Order: sequence, then C-alpha cells, then structure tokens
Amino acid sequence: MAKPSLLAPWALPVALIVFWEVAAQAGWLSSRILPEPWAVAKAFWTLAESGELWSHLRTSLWRATTGFAIGGGLGLLLGLLNGSVKRAETLLDTTLQMIRNIPALALIPLVILWFGIDETAKLFLLAVGVFFPVYLNTFHGIRSADQGLIEMARSYGVTGWPLYRDVILPAALPSILVGVRFSLGLVWVLLIVAETISAQAGIGYMTMNAREFLQTDIVLVGILLYALLGKGADQLSCGLEKYFLRWNPAYR
Amino acid sequence: MQINSVEEHTVGEAAALGQHGVGLSLRGVGKSYGGRAVLSGIDLQLVPGEFVAVIGRSGCGKSTLLRSIAGLEHLDAGSIQIGEAGSAVDMRMMFQEARLLPWKSVLDNVALGLTGARQEAAAALATVGLQERASDWPTVLSGGQRQRVALARALVHNPQLLLLDEPLGALDALTRIEMQQLIEKLWIERGFTAILVTHDVQEALALADRVLLIEEGRLGLDLRIDLPRGQRRGTGAFAALEHQVLSRVLGH
Repeated sequence: MAKPSLLAPWALPVALIVFWEVAAQAGWLSSRILPEPWAVAKAFWTLAESGELWSHLRTSLWRATTGFAIGGGLGLLLGLLNGSVKRAETLLDTTLQMIRNIPALALIPLVILWFGIDETAKLFLLAVGVFFPVYLNTFHGIRSADQGLIEMARSYGVTGWPLYRDVILPAALPSILVGVRFSLGLVWVLLIVAETISAQAGIGYMTMNAREFLQTDIVLVGILLYALLGKGADQLSCGLEKYFLRWNPAYR
Repeated sequence: MQINSVEEHTVGEAAALGQHGVGLSLRGVGKSYGGRAVLSGIDLQLVPGEFVAVIGRSGCGKSTLLRSIAGLEHLDAGSIQIGEAGSAVDMRMMFQEARLLPWKSVLDNVALGLTGARQEAAAALATVGLQERASDWPTVLSGGQRQRVALARALVHNPQLLLLDEPLGALDALTRIEMQQLIEKLWIERGFTAILVTHDVQEALALADRVLLIEEGRLGLDLRIDLPRGQRRGTGAFAALEHQVLSRVLGH
C-alpha cells in the first residue's frame, strides 16, 4: 500500500477524469467536442495493440532526447566556457544574446529552406530551443559561485582542474540543473510544433493526422501522452536534483 | 588541564616546544583601495612561535593586514618576509566564516588540498573532537562545529603560521571561549606562529603574547602581555589591561 502522500498529487487528475466521464455519460458533452474518457482509453488500447502508438512514441522520444542532448550539451559547454573565461565571454556572449532573442519558432521558414522537412530540421529547432535555458543557467551558476570558497580553496593550494571539479562546478550545479529542468519541459513544447510542420511519424504527426479525420479520441490520446511525457521528464530532472544536490538541505 | 601545566609559558618556550613556528618581518607595508590608504607604513617583527593578536575598530585595516600576510592582497608598498628568505612556508588561514564546501563531507573538507591523506584528516578531526561527524554534510553542523572543522582543515597541514581572521566572531559567548581554549591548547602543543585578528579585546588579551592595535591603517599600540596563561581571565591585572586597551581603542 502506497503512502497517501504518494497518491495525493494524482487525486485532482483522477477527479477531473471522473467528472469528465460523468459529464459525457449525462450528455453534457458532444463527442465531437470531447469524447468520453472511456473512448479515449479504447483508442489508446487500439493504437497500442496495433503497435502504431509505440512506433510514434519511439520516434518522438528519439527526437526529444537527441535534440536535448545536442542543444543542452552545447549550452552546457558554452556556458562553462563563457562563465569561466572572460575573453570567451567578450567574444561570444553578445552574439548569443542576440540569437537568444529570436524566437526559435520564427526560424521555421528558414529551417525548412535549409534542411527541408526531414529530421535535421526538427532536431535543429529543438536544439536551438533548449540551448539557451541551459546556457544561461550554466553561465549564471559559474559566475555566482561563492568567491569566498574559491579564495579559500586557492589558499589551500587547490588550483586548475581540481579547483574547477571540486569547487566551481559543484557550486554551479544547482543553477545548471534549473536550466536542465526548464529545457526538459521546453523540449516537448517544441517537439509538438516541430512534428506538426511536416512529419511521417511521431505523436505530433499522429495527432495532426487524427484531426484531419475528426478522430478526437486519438487527438486526446496524443495530448495526454504529451502531458505524461512532460511529467516524466520533470520527474527525471527532480531525480537528478535529488541525487546531485543531496548535500543541499533544500533538496533533501 | 593541560594549559595550566604550562602556565608560565613564554614566547621563547613556545618556539622551543614545537621548533615549528616562523618569524615574520614587515617593512613599510602599505595598501590602498581607490586612493584611500587602508594600511600605511606598517613595520613589524614577529618572533617564531609568537601568538599575536591584532585589534582595532571595524575598517581600521586589521583584516587587510592579515590578508596581505596571507598573500591574498597585493601590496602597494613595502615588503613582507615570512620565515627564512627562499624557504617555502606552510601557512593556513581561518576565515570569519568557516568556508566549508557544502558538497563535501566533513572529512573530505578537512582533507582538501591533500592527496590520499584521509588518515591524517581523520586524526586532525579527532584533535578538534569531531571524529564521529566525519561523514556528515557540513550544513548539519552548528556554527561552532563548522569552525572546528575549519580549524582541523588548517591544522592537518601542520602550518608554521596560522592566520585567524576573526574566526570566532559569529559564535556565541560560551562556544567562543571553548574555541579559544582549543586554539590555545593546539598552539602550545604545536608551537606555530599565530596571528589573530579580532574585535574582541578580551579575546586578544586572553590568548596573545602581544597585542597590536591598528588605528587608521597605522600601528597604534604594541603591547606585550606577560600574564600567566590559562588563568588570565578574572584576574585584576587582566581587567586593568582590558580597561587600558579599551580606553585607548575608544580614544578616551
């Protein structure tokens, strides 16, 4: 038996679904607008059984993780570089700040011209989108590392890579993980847009396709999947925080 | 108590006991920030193994003097010679705050800057009475315990010169007296040279062989304390000295 505190967060979603089912059964909702939860569950089952759901899910997950790895990885590297090396910041930061202010989605026409409508275009959009939260937070984390601790470590003969590994990087970690968490949420938002541009697979494609045929139940399956995947990503970043920041009483 | 057994302890004996402290020679030391002189023309000779307290009002330059000796400040004038010319001196500093790395265990904090010397670190932790807290995070310790860990971290290097920058300023009165006794005991055992910056005249008189008063960046008073160690507090001579120094500091 799970502890009540584990179940409590799910009480509201479950209550909403129950209310929704009741409303659909009573005829307050037309199935054209919102199908009953049972119909959505059946659609989910059918899609799962045919294997269609899993292939879309796999495609979307692959896109999300690859896009996140590229964008987040570059953001981390450049954040560390610009945060640590003044000259790199002088050279690169202004440019990055200008690029940051262009909404990733405004690049869609150019992206389609450059990369066509295949995977590269989608990954590019995702990577650009998740780059900045990770970059900014890493940069900020490195810059706001406690100077007193750095001074202390230097006076104890800790310099170079050990100083970076034992003092600066751990000090920046809470901030870096905020960036990671933000990016993991953002990656799903961007993925929906990227997959609706033009795709042959993925949850976004499945949803858009269903819309064409007025299959509201499948549209809802897609939407709920995004909600669950988003929650999963958030859970993952919470787990990372709990593990890496276990020394910090605020994360225990 | 160990302190009483060496109550007639003097500077020369301290050096003889440990053979460990270093002498210091400051000539015409000057330092200014933005055109304002913080230190000017400080000339000072310290005997090996001497315990010197530096007092003065806030902003008088006493911390800057200590940080200059530690090499954390760049001098604008004069020179500081620590120990014999050309020999490397092991000096450690204790700061106002404990400056422990919150992401390292207490033991790893003590072992900072050492390679594979966990035995020595554990031994140092035992000398400050915290061996059973070795695997705790620093955040769960009290203020006094953190400063004891910081003291262990300084002592594990077996320094010839220990610089103390108001390390007890933030502690409650009882913990402070305990820490003072601990520092005195370790100083007697090990014979290092100690320079303590403090705003607490009583603390200075209780611990030091010599009390220096810094006034507006200059050496205002150089007072030798010839009271027997371990039972200084509460004696008439102590009270008289305290009165004398306080009225000088306050300018009466």
